[in-house]
Amino acid sequence: MAAFVVSPLKMGPLLVLWLAVCLSGTWAVDRGNFKTCDQSAFCKRQRALKPGQSPYRALLETLELTNTKLTLQLINDNNKVRLLLELYRLQGNMTRVKINELKPLKPRFEVPDVLINDPPTEPLSLLSRDENGVVLSLGADSQRLIVSAKPFRLDIMEGREVLLSLNSRGLLAFEHLRIRKDTKVDPEGTENKEETEAANEPAEGEEVWGEKAKEDEKVEDGMWEETFKSHTDSKPNGPSSISLDFSLPGVENVYGIPEHADSLKLKATDGGDPYRLFNLDVFQYEVFNPMALYGAIPVMLSHSAQRTMGIFWLNAAETWVDISSNTAGKTVFGQMLDYVQGSSETPQTDVRWISESGIIDVFIMLGPTPADVFSQYASLTGTQAFPPLSALAYHQCRWNYNDQEDVAAVDQGFDDHDIPYDFIWLDIEHTDGKRYFTWDHHKFPQPKDMLQGLLDKRRKMVTIVDPHIKVDSSYKIHNEIRSKGFYVKSKDGGDYEGWCWPGNSGYPDFTNPEMRAWWASMFAYDQYEGSMENMYTWNDMNEPSVFNGPEVTMHKDALHGNWENRDLHNLYGLYVQRATAEGLIERSGGVERPFVLARAFFAGSQRYGAVWTGDNAAEWDHLKISIPMCLSLGLVGVSFCGADVGGFFKSPSTELLVRWYQTGAYQPFFRAHAHLDTPRREPWLFGPENTALIREAVRQRYALLPYWYQLFYHAHHSGQPVMRPLWVEYPQDTATFSMDDQFLLGRDLLVHPVTEEGARGVTAYLPGKGEVWFDVHTFQKHNGAQNLYIPVTISSIPVFQRGGSIIPRKARVRRSSSCMEHDPYTLFVALSPKRFAQGELYIDDGHTFNFDKQKQFIHRRFSFANNALSSRNLAPGSQFTTFSWVEKIVILGASKPSKATLKTPDGKESLLEFEFDASMSVLTLRKPGVNAGLDWTVVLQ
Amino acid sequence: MSCALLLLLMSLALAIRTGAAVEIQRPRGVPLSKRQFYEENKPFTCLDGSSTIPFDRVNDDYCDCRDGSDEPGTAACPNGSFHCTNAGFRPTFIPSSRINDGICDCCDTTDEYNSGATCQNTCREMGRKERESLQIMAEITKEGFMLKQQLIHEAKRGQEDKQGKLTELQGSKKGLEEKVEALRTVKETAEDPEKEAKELHLKAWEEQKELIRMEKDKTRMAEAFLELDDDADGYVSVAELQSHLELDPDSDGSLTETETQGLLGGADKVDTSAFETVWSGIKDKYLSEVSQGQSDPPAPVETPQEEETRDFVSDHDSDHYPEDYAGEEEDVEDDEEDDDHEEEEEEEEKVPPTVQTPEKREDDEVSMPPYDTETQSLIDAAQKARDDFDEAERALRQVDDQMKNLEKEIGFDFGPSAEFAYLYSQCYELSTSEYIYRLCPFNRVSQKPKFGGSETNLGLWGQWAGPEDNLYSVMKYDHGQGCWQGPNRSTTVKLTCGKETVVTSTSEPSRCEYLMEFTTPAVCQEPASLDEVLHGHTEL
Repeated sequence: MAAFVVSPLKMGPLLVLWLAVCLSGTWAVDRGNFKTCDQSAFCKRQRALKPGQSPYRALLETLELTNTKLTLQLINDNNKVRLLLELYRLQGNMTRVKINELKPLKPRFEVPDVLINDPPTEPLSLLSRDENGVVLSLGADSQRLIVSAKPFRLDIMEGREVLLSLNSRGLLAFEHLRIRKDTKVDPEGTENKEETEAANEPAEGEEVWGEKAKEDEKVEDGMWEETFKSHTDSKPNGPSSISLDFSLPGVENVYGIPEHADSLKLKATDGGDPYRLFNLDVFQYEVFNPMALYGAIPVMLSHSAQRTMGIFWLNAAETWVDISSNTAGKTVFGQMLDYVQGSSETPQTDVRWISESGIIDVFIMLGPTPADVFSQYASLTGTQAFPPLSALAYHQCRWNYNDQEDVAAVDQGFDDHDIPYDFIWLDIEHTDGKRYFTWDHHKFPQPKDMLQGLLDKRRKMVTIVDPHIKVDSSYKIHNEIRSKGFYVKSKDGGDYEGWCWPGNSGYPDFTNPEMRAWWASMFAYDQYEGSMENMYTWNDMNEPSVFNGPEVTMHKDALHGNWENRDLHNLYGLYVQRATAEGLIERSGGVERPFVLARAFFAGSQRYGAVWTGDNAAEWDHLKISIPMCLSLGLVGVSFCGADVGGFFKSPSTELLVRWYQTGAYQPFFRAHAHLDTPRREPWLFGPENTALIREAVRQRYALLPYWYQLFYHAHHSGQPVMRPLWVEYPQDTATFSMDDQFLLGRDLLVHPVTEEGARGVTAYLPGKGEVWFDVHTFQKHNGAQNLYIPVTISSIPVFQRGGSIIPRKARVRRSSSCMEHDPYTLFVALSPKRFAQGELYIDDGHTFNFDKQKQFIHRRFSFANNALSSRNLAPGSQFTTFSWVEKIVILGASKPSKATLKTPDGKESLLEFEFDASMSVLTLRKPGVNAGLDWTVVLQ
Repeated sequence: MSCALLLLLMSLALAIRTGAAVEIQRPRGVPLSKRQFYEENKPFTCLDGSSTIPFDRVNDDYCDCRDGSDEPGTAACPNGSFHCTNAGFRPTFIPSSRINDGICDCCDTTDEYNSGATCQNTCREMGRKERESLQIMAEITKEGFMLKQQLIHEAKRGQEDKQGKLTELQGSKKGLEEKVEALRTVKETAEDPEKEAKELHLKAWEEQKELIRMEKDKTRMAEAFLELDDDADGYVSVAELQSHLELDPDSDGSLTETETQGLLGGADKVDTSAFETVWSGIKDKYLSEVSQGQSDPPAPVETPQEEETRDFVSDHDSDHYPEDYAGEEEDVEDDEEDDDHEEEEEEEEKVPPTVQTPEKREDDEVSMPPYDTETQSLIDAAQKARDDFDEAERALRQVDDQMKNLEKEIGFDFGPSAEFAYLYSQCYELSTSEYIYRLCPFNRVSQKPKFGGSETNLGLWGQWAGPEDNLYSVMKYDHGQGCWQGPNRSTTVKLTCGKETVVTSTSEPSRCEYLMEFTTPAVCQEPASLDEVLHGHTEL
């Protein structure tokens, strides 16, 4: 949760003052607390550069080509500073472009720990070379990389088509590191003088710092110091920002670069602020704007009917992304005019990335399909952590469940109202004075008894552990971190301190591997008092949130070892979640899969757990925005995403709450959460009718858990997102390109949430010419490639199963997912118009790494073709036994057979009874009874 | 797992009541009361009549009936329910989704027959515990109910007392009203001659003052003449007058000869008798040569006024500072009444023409002579009449207040037999680690930090808020102190039967919504006979 406190009396006077200043009691974000591009000196400087002739020139004579890479120097003709360009052709159809200063004054930050390995390369071969540039082959598909010398630019082509160009608008700008020249701080003036003298000698090819073209020496405001509100950012390294432009001919749609509360399809930013990537604790954020939020993933996808590509800008500093499009500004009329006159220029999207420090390190993922881009990105940063099955079930959270009795009462409430749930959560108030890893001993005197009580019902708990540590000499965690020197340091070298929930707090330096190892060890059962194996962890506030810091976060000149927070700010949250997840793995001796939820994230965070969209509000717009927010995250690797069901701030109307449960039941991370100041909203507090509606929504989730689990297995295995925009599966259907009011789960379920108050119907788009979709509630069949008006009641939201798919469900919903472990499956076979269908089933123990380490899992393929449904093994090398069996097979779009025969590998045949509903063409096969791990075939005659 | 294991399983329900074991066969999960619908080897018709199936499909772990009635002993149907006999304790139904889910729900362990869960039969122990607690409860209820009868009795008597008191007060009110009216007449009668005599006295005093003033003027004129007549020739000449620039008619800073002549009525000089006319023209501007140079402007009159205003404002403000908003509301009412009285009194005090300080400054220090004895005795008589009247009126107001309070109390809903009346104007406290909670039934709930800090109002009496069939089981207090960015505080008080009247717990389940548990004999229901309580719960 964000800064929002009710009893300031318990806090220090400074914090009270801060609260009084910052929380003026309005319900909208206070934009004044956060920088615009104009208020961020480097963004302002960079954005002031206009497209035009680039001052950069490639020095072709410096070209070196090895087996793995091409290197080439670039020179800025204005100031003679040289850059080093490195080009790599990476396995899997990717190109990596690295640009750094040839001889930086001191090393510039290169992001560590995000790539899962050194990306394997493939040889580049030189096709041709002259004084204007070189042409390189990128291997297959007649793909070429053209390096133009003057001005420097890169073009990637396939055949005659330009796929993507770099610096085509001349916006490459690299602020080289320099020595401060103004009189105030220059104790080494003499040295400078020498350098200047030395530079007077014509030293060809040798860079000498201090001798730069005069215009470059100009000291602008904000280069060496910058003040925002009351905070001054000392900039000991001076200006260091970088920028590069990308042109995407033929592209009208770009996506990604979360986290923003904005539409799925990114908007042109001309005339407004660029999209900002800077992890911030934004109090009461607004929807539909490009402001930075809690997390940042600098990955953009481009898509057209022809091709999908991706740009991964590996930089963890504050980053701004400008997007412009030659069609975005045009009215429909203007576009028609172009068409009629035949004079239309090719649509094109131009993108420009600006970061405050570090180097240019960009991965161009050339697709060409969406699935290819997902695999390419996964090969760089890894895939979604495979969560314990129970983490995909329902989570009940609130700030705060007050005490053990409260927890027991809520737990009992779920049983009394026959609503399943798996996790109950404890927010910050459970601790002893916001000292994480401790308990308030009045409210939670026997945490193990409480956890055992949950365990007895096969349920679990999450406690919060935030990364700000109360400065208190009687607090063990603080003392150890301090004595080990593990805190982030301020620019003056002392431990950096800021205000957060506990009052004055230190911030452990999670970028330090020793610190992370120590932190992880704190989750051991004998270290974290009162913890048990069914207790998992929530890392909130890991941007990090610093109530009295600039923009409510850490000072940029704070130090993580040798590096400034400026260089790695967006990486901090990832490290927090990583260290915690590693702790949970270690405490189980490497056996159990962890579950950790975090609010701040970066590229690669998907490897460590789940994220949520932070402190949203109980408003219909926030329900709407949860769809594009999680879709955007899914596109860039983070599948385990959810929004607080019901909305965090404010109190939802009953209708909104019910609609949110119905939507959340079909989003990956399904957790209800509420602010401390809101009235209680456990599902049974809104009358029996609404209790029944919420129960039904939650049960739909539980019944589909086998499908969810299988989707997450795929996300983990191959990086394919769980929740997908329609265009991912229908890449040529332009009608889907900007759609973000509905989505697909995997390929086979299409969900259209109801996000309008008092809605009596929605218009859903069913994609796929020649395909059919079945309403999962009524089994009614609809044709694809049409807009379909569906009347809705409050009882459910429209969900469709794709004709041609087979989805396994567990129809016996119990009080938690663990209780359903051995239950039988019902297979929903939705036939395509050609009477074909395919699906999968994945089963393992649901919570350990044995699926990976010992190949203990079942992975089966179901196929329906030629009137026969069969199950065959997709993973012959694996082994696992399950008690689950096939209870029922429901075939949608079927015709009535005369008989149905089950054949098992032992040669036995048995007749199955069936029912046929002619009105909906639904055939139900009664009780095949065969074990879900075995081969079998059902033949219809 | 083989589903053959889950085929029809007949359960052996072992029930013990009087030591005799009775065996009754029926499908697993079926209560005795429905046994007749499950006849072995006959087709089974779903209890909702929706379809009929062979008997071997009862409890075969596949749901055939829409109402779930074919699977009372398995988890196959989403809406089924399972009957645990729980011999030794209380029989119960559980949702069939809890069958074989690894969690022991039935104390007789019958719900976990194939899950691997190791359940202990705890029915006897639970039965024993329940019987014990029921016994304790029954005793409490019994005693509580007796106390309640007493309370009802007392409330009835109290109510009668109050009614009697009210009637009595109504009587004395009438008498007092008459007395007030009579004294009002006396007062008014005494005030007329008083007023007349005072006016006469005042008039005489005014006349006398006028005389004194005129004499003073003459003296000043004579003094001025002497002062002006520098050469002491018995005339004031133009030259002598010209030095008094303050007399300049056009205020241009110079007093010309012509102007001076004009002041002297056209003459060059005037004698004492002619000066009389001149004096009346210049006396307002004339500055005595003696006092000239010392004539600083008088201190501004606003200062004390300003102070008064400021005092008023700050008083006003301080009224709004008390933390306890509702308390303040009450105070405000009182204050207003007090203010009214004060104002009246002030007005009365103003009637005698006491000379006020600012007036003193203008007039010379000559005070009004005392009233003559005749007038004074009229005044004294009137004052006495006023005092008598005031006293009578005060007495009447007191009676009115008493009546209002009584009527309020009589009008309160103290329950069907006024059994809650004894709580009126009482307060009950509960001390927790941080706070002292205070419940004053039918009035308010509050919370006070133990270690300093002001009291917080958690709600004022709202209404009875129990469910329709048990309205008097819950009290609701609302409109307490507002919460920051939240609602006003409110408290729900749950009443349970107990021998003692005591607050047993408080909590804040939701921000600023408090929950208090309160025991009182007043909610104790007439106990069923203990035997019934204990045996009504054991089947068979």
